[in-house]
Amino acid sequence: MKEFVQILADALSVGSLYALTALGIGLIFGVMRLINFAHGELITFSAYTLLALFGLPLPVMLTGALAVGIALALATERAAFRPLRNADPTTLLISSFAVSFFLQKLLVLLVGSRLKGLNFLPELGRKVELSGVRLQLLQIVTVAVSIVLLVGLTWFLRATRLGLQMRGAAEDFRMARVLGVRANRVIATAFALSGILAAAVSCLIVIQTGVVQPRMGLQLVIIAFVGTVIGGLGSLPGAALGGFLVGVGSILLQALLPPDIRAFREAFVFIGVALVLLFRPQGLIPAAGLRERI
Amino acid sequence: MTKQPPLLEVSGLSVRYGAVTAVRGVDLSVGEGEIVSVVGPNGAGKTSLLAAIAGIVPAAAGRIVFAGNPLAGTGLEEVVARGLALVPEGRHIFASLTVLENLMLGATIRRDGEGVRADIERFFQTFPILGQRRRQPAGQLSGGEQQQLAIARALLSRPRMLMLDEPSLGLAPTVVDGVYELVGEVHAQGVALLVVEQNAERVFGIADRVYVMNCGEFSLGGSATEIRRDPRFDAAYFGLNMQDATGSAP
Repeated sequence: MKEFVQILADALSVGSLYALTALGIGLIFGVMRLINFAHGELITFSAYTLLALFGLPLPVMLTGALAVGIALALATERAAFRPLRNADPTTLLISSFAVSFFLQKLLVLLVGSRLKGLNFLPELGRKVELSGVRLQLLQIVTVAVSIVLLVGLTWFLRATRLGLQMRGAAEDFRMARVLGVRANRVIATAFALSGILAAAVSCLIVIQTGVVQPRMGLQLVIIAFVGTVIGGLGSLPGAALGGFLVGVGSILLQALLPPDIRAFREAFVFIGVALVLLFRPQGLIPAAGLRERI
Repeated sequence: MTKQPPLLEVSGLSVRYGAVTAVRGVDLSVGEGEIVSVVGPNGAGKTSLLAAIAGIVPAAAGRIVFAGNPLAGTGLEEVVARGLALVPEGRHIFASLTVLENLMLGATIRRDGEGVRADIERFFQTFPILGQRRRQPAGQLSGGEQQQLAIARALLSRPRMLMLDEPSLGLAPTVVDGVYELVGEVHAQGVALLVVEQNAERVFGIADRVYVMNCGEFSLGGSATEIRRDPRFDAAYFGLNMQDATGSAP
């Protein structure tokens, strides 16, 4: 029983990380119909910022990672995606791959492709005992940070003017603009929010793994993207749920599969994904108004 | 017109999609507080005309002057800020947002929160059914209610002129009565209207002036009473498609 609770805690925290990553992708897809694989590089660059600022006070490191996540998100939007605003989704997708590769290679050029150790907040690796169950402090922090970000994002979308404009634009961008919603502002906001989510994921993943390397973001994003698809592309609750389920699923399989087939757990995750898409091709929580675009 | 210049003045407007010319050299004016209607069959270019005025599609040629300022080259988002609102064909309400949220988006350009709330309450008093459903997703409303919502949403920007594209399309005749009642009220508030309709009979009752559009051009124009009595009206309306139109009628 205790062991099961520990596995569950692990699954919850990994699920949260994927949920946050999937939300970052879902936000951009919602307003722009862009599947932004360069979201991974936001995570990677934030992580390298932590490396660069290592040794400075914690608030400086966190602020730096956040600033780089937001600034890079805005810069990619301005330089790569804004000129393609009215291009079809395939063009956008391919350009996001281009941006992703460019940033990855740039990083390799600047700092090399070797994995680098980063002993960031090792105290969070400590185990704490909660009613007989030993949990890693980081797992609790990860789930707590995710909940705070989810609640904050929901509040922003539900209770602010800009949030309402983003939801309207996600459903029918042209009509939103006819009503005076500024496309540039809404899209920049979505990118800034995705940068915040990426920076948060970056900090948590660096604490968890203790290493940084140029491909770390892309690996996360590919799995999280699968989550946004099974959740329902374009739907934010769907993205969060799908990302969460993929993370939880892979951890549970890792723990529960017999050891000799554990190496194939990803295959089992994708079988699950294939089944979801077979029976619910629109995703678990389909997006409203996705088909209807003037 | 010898007095002040018209609120909207369109001259020589053309719209092209690739090799297809949807609107060719159209001249149109709408005066302050006036109701002008453009009628014509499906595919005549009416929607393209409104889309060009609203800045949704670029004009290939011509000038659009609204309240003394040229509109060409203005961003799509700017048009409504200048006082020109559009209710597009098919209504385009935000189905997943609530009735109230749809209305609030209509007030995007306004900064007076109190005034917006007062305007929304007034609308809910006039249309109590929409008031009761203010927290429901707008996609659950009936077609007629959605059309009323779409018009109210456009009005929340406090426009000087409202453009309506096929407000009666797909609605039962009694429902259309309700929609046109609202159009009449909008007019009574001093808002100028440019109404595009296939349903010509509907607009003869309310319009000051009517243009007949066919194959991208205005074939006839004048006061509503003149046009209604004009023996050329049917031919102008149906244009070259006359045979198709009568042939396909039940």
